[in-house]
Amino acid sequence: MAKGILRAKAKVKGDNTVVKIMAKHAMETGNRKDKSGNKIPAKFIQTLSIAYNGKTVMETNMGTAISKNPYLAFTFVGGAKGDELQMTWTENTGASATETAKIK
Amino acid sequence: MMNRRSVLKAVFTGGLVAGMGVLMPRVAMAAWSKIAFEAKSQDAAMGALYGADPSASAEVTLKAPDIAENGAVVPVSVKSSLAGVTSIALFVANNPQPLAAQFTIPEGTLANVSCRIRMGKTSDVTAVVTTASGVFSASKEVKVTIGGCGG
Repeated sequence: MAKGILRAKAKVKGDNTVVKIMAKHAMETGNRKDKSGNKIPAKFIQTLSIAYNGKTVMETNMGTAISKNPYLAFTFVGGAKGDELQMTWTENTGASATETAKIK
Repeated sequence: MMNRRSVLKAVFTGGLVAGMGVLMPRVAMAAWSKIAFEAKSQDAAMGALYGADPSASAEVTLKAPDIAENGAVVPVSVKSSLAGVTSIALFVANNPQPLAAQFTIPEGTLANVSCRIRMGKTSDVTAVVTTASGVFSASKEVKVTIGGCGG
């Protein structure tokens, strides 16, 4: 899997930080069939966890019922402009990566 | 797709899961639960995660469209005014695998998440919120004109 599938926007709002993440991913369910009737194997993001200053602020487990190009929005208390968020994702195939985003 | 064998298997795993839920409730909360995510019925998935049926609560707010024209992308958001929320999960009753997503909420993160889900057909969407004092839920029916699962 190519690097950099996550696109994140994190913004400080008062005492909180609002995080919006979109992942570029087909989220293949394993239920779909190709033209010749063969099942397309499942390939989807299983977990996505976001850490700030070494502390996990959000952990997501996703199933196949998440739309393609998954979107996730949440808010956590704290966070400062210029700091980094670490976002780690794992696919059901075992592939995984950690990407970072700056808080604005 | 749904033959006798898979029905039997679903029934069997459902029973197994219900039994296990009683023995070790919420042990592997944060880990990706294969049993729960691959469960074919909402009851089985909920049983695997919580071991009990959640009680409906007005303090859980589920925001979803009344009619989703495209089932492939249905925006939903869950909010709760309950104190000490530890996790939020989303279920779509009529999907092949009803459990859509599970969010672990550590302290310091607000009980307010949004995401986009896939829906095969018109179905009840249920948000389940766990706190130290119990398991609560809210549901809403979302009508789907074009399905988003398989094809």
